[in-house]
Amino acid sequence: MVAFIPVFNLLGATTSLFALAFLVPIGVAIMYDEQAVALYAVSMAVTLGAGLLLHLGTRRATQRARRELQPRDGFLLVSLTWLLLPLFAMLPFLLQLPEISFTDAYFEAVSCLTTTGSTTLVGLDALPASLHAWRAVTVWIGGLGVVVLAVAILPVLGVGGSQVFKAELPGPMKEARLTPRIAETAKGLYLVYVVLSALCVLCLKWAGMTWFDAFCHGGSIVSLGGVSTHDAGFAYFDSAAIEFVAMVFMTLGALNFATHFQAFRRRSLSAYFRTTEARWTVLILIFGSLVVALCLVRNGTFPTALGAMRYAFFNTVSVATTAGFANTDYGHWPEFAPVFMLLLSCFVPSAGSAGGGIKMIRFVLMLRQAAREMVRIIHPRVINPVRLDGETVDNKILFSMLAFMLVYGGTIVFFTIVMLFSGLDVITAFTAIVSCVNNAGPGLNQVGPATTFAILSDFQTWVCVASMLLGRLELFTLLVLLTPGFWRK
Amino acid sequence: MKIIIVGAGRVGGSVAELLAAERNDITVVDSEPAALSYLSERFDLKVVAGNAIRPSVLREAGAADADLLIAAAAHDETNLVVCRIAKQIFNVPTRIVRLRSPELVASEELIGIDGFCADYVISPEGSVTGAIVRLIEYPEALQVIEFAGGKLALVAVRAYQGGRLTGRTIMELKEHLGGVDVRIVAIFRNELSITPDGTTRIESGDEVFCLAAKKDIRRALVELRPADKKVERIMIAGGGNIGLRLARILEKDYRGKYQVKIVDPNKKRCEYLSQELSHTLILAGDATDGDLLGDEHVADMDLFVSLTNDDEDNIMAALLAKRMGARRVIALINRREYGELMEGGQIDVALSPAQSTIGELLTYVRSGDVVAVHSLRRGEAEALEVVAHGEAKSSKVIGKRIEEIDLLSGKGGVSVGAIVRGHGDGARVLMAHHDTVIEAEDHVIVFVSNNRMLPKVEKLFQVGAGFL
Repeated sequence: MVAFIPVFNLLGATTSLFALAFLVPIGVAIMYDEQAVALYAVSMAVTLGAGLLLHLGTRRATQRARRELQPRDGFLLVSLTWLLLPLFAMLPFLLQLPEISFTDAYFEAVSCLTTTGSTTLVGLDALPASLHAWRAVTVWIGGLGVVVLAVAILPVLGVGGSQVFKAELPGPMKEARLTPRIAETAKGLYLVYVVLSALCVLCLKWAGMTWFDAFCHGGSIVSLGGVSTHDAGFAYFDSAAIEFVAMVFMTLGALNFATHFQAFRRRSLSAYFRTTEARWTVLILIFGSLVVALCLVRNGTFPTALGAMRYAFFNTVSVATTAGFANTDYGHWPEFAPVFMLLLSCFVPSAGSAGGGIKMIRFVLMLRQAAREMVRIIHPRVINPVRLDGETVDNKILFSMLAFMLVYGGTIVFFTIVMLFSGLDVITAFTAIVSCVNNAGPGLNQVGPATTFAILSDFQTWVCVASMLLGRLELFTLLVLLTPGFWRK
Repeated sequence: MKIIIVGAGRVGGSVAELLAAERNDITVVDSEPAALSYLSERFDLKVVAGNAIRPSVLREAGAADADLLIAAAAHDETNLVVCRIAKQIFNVPTRIVRLRSPELVASEELIGIDGFCADYVISPEGSVTGAIVRLIEYPEALQVIEFAGGKLALVAVRAYQGGRLTGRTIMELKEHLGGVDVRIVAIFRNELSITPDGTTRIESGDEVFCLAAKKDIRRALVELRPADKKVERIMIAGGGNIGLRLARILEKDYRGKYQVKIVDPNKKRCEYLSQELSHTLILAGDATDGDLLGDEHVADMDLFVSLTNDDEDNIMAALLAKRMGARRVIALINRREYGELMEGGQIDVALSPAQSTIGELLTYVRSGDVVAVHSLRRGEAEALEVVAHGEAKSSKVIGKRIEEIDLLSGKGGVSVGAIVRGHGDGARVLMAHHDTVIEAEDHVIVFVSNNRMLPKVEKLFQVGAGFL
């Protein structure tokens, strides 16, 4: 542990930085004349204090250690950050909602930060504005990553930053950089993120939301969080225009931010067409939605075909991109639809986006690997490496992806069994876990879009928390801490 | 002409052999004495051993009063530098550089007067690849040559037993072909070339050279060799420089038309190929291995091309492929003797990069207004594209009918095939008849089956002193 003192040093810095996020709900509380200002000020002070204490307390030891950041440090830092920050992020929940349990408060904080978006809270509409603002802020920060933000801002992370960066940014192929220095890359990605979020807020306002709703939902949409200020979600607005804006920005949020960056830089849309992953994500979203629409039309769920299209598209895009908004209780649709949507959420978002699941790039590469194997059966001597966007994909990457798939499947199965063991029914257990690991949001049955996760016991809630964190950190970042080899010198 | 050739390898050696036979003063420079002694013993030329990059070596070779320098060493870098030295220090009037890399060939700034000062570029790999591509486009052909910027095509086909060509006279063929204006300009029989007239009867095994406008040539071939089907499946043995070039061209310029497989024994090379090519099947293995050929259905191949670095491997692979059922086989054979030995037997066409490139080279060497020179079938005969410059009073050909010009009448092995009149889209192709009149600026396609007549043909078209 002593050897990892520099990690704690950075953890302190990141925590202190995170404390600044409290300024937003403080501002909102002042605007809406709430008494909660004091509560947020306290939370901020506690967070800042803890962060500074940790940072300054380990400063001497860090300077003595005098070493560069290594890959292990990256994993540890990211894991600790994501385990520790929810403790501070849950303070507003604990303070403003006296009846909430520690478990549920931590669950809320983790759900927001991992952009899962599921909640145990009922009566959202009655919550104070500042709490909504806090949920929106944490969801937004969690979208692209806390640590990525830190890399962009804190100079101390500049040099070893790439280790940390790789540990948090989702996706298998992280060698390609947008700019020579990692801090510049992180800044570039965040710039894209900020611009998209701002655009979303403006478009939502233009489509008919109030400024406050637009602000809260804007951040939640681009980060694919799924956090809403209303219990009814998007059904509250009942506006096709708002739903359309949301769909567009959810799709954008599900594409690789590096692709957005390239499109911005070259001022052309060609980057989207040329990137295989982007094409697949968009096309599958469209076709998936059409398939669901077809199912609804056939079943007569909606009076008009146009209505079926509207609801099919919105909910499919929302679930598939792992945002998790709903504008109707799709849990009551013909069983094919919600299950299919949940299946899509496993692989539709692109790598380097705010979404969850295994990421489209892994899906595409696995398909290509399978196709390659079939060619090899016919032509045993063939040399046909997997290629993506003109580059050959090394076998090492393919192997690590296969391992990931295995662990991904294993995690879902294991946690589902555990949930079953604790007394839940199969559909609830399975969909809750899948939804948490994919950071999507609602599951089905008892945790469906019309209900919340409140019915889960404390134990089950913790299992969900673990699933959410594992999913967000792409399994290995957390799991590696459990291996003895990690701690040995 | 005084000519210096740098490089006594395959290209340099072949060029030296050819040019020495035409009574030029040749000096060959190479750093390997063994290669030089091979040439000096066989041919009438001088040799200098040394590194041609050094001006002293070039001076010893007579660069100071050379008319032409051909840089044909193994490395592009050497050739480029030698060109520059030849220009800057010795002011050699014409410099030809041999380049392998397509990237360099395309770079005008590097090659031109501000770069390495080469006047012309020859690329044997490029030439032979082009020849193979043309053979793929015309599956019936043994050789395809284009003139006048592609307006005219000369195609050599073999008359096989029981085919439409065999047993007919030229006159009968003309009637059979009806409206298609095709001229049979030469026939190769038993290694000798014949200038045919209306009564010549085609025998089985003859190589018949047909000249026609590009747009007519396909119809003509379909008439003469109706049994030949298009090429769809191609197998390439050897993923080296030429193999890769060929596969690339087939992928890019002929998308989806051909299914191509490449076989190469070197795994690393195969991996490199798999990065460069996206629609070609790359197989790691030995093309002389019958099992591999069988597994990969060589019997269904329309074309098998052997392009490895080794003549013997190419021959064996090609023979094996033909035996196992490939429709047509082409082999890269550098050594002339082997080429002559194999061709006409099981192997349909034997190509040599040096031979493919010599035609271009000869263009630059010839005097007069020769636009292009092509060797027909291992250099037994040549086809020239000459421009008739000048006007009626200063030129020996302008304003006269072909039958009036002694040299071009057909006796002595020289005949006129066609005339291309005009430029660009408005250019017209006129098949030559005995009463065709040659006009100024006509591109005249002349066939010379006896190399000794070449200088006479050149002089014929040269403009007299009165013009200027």
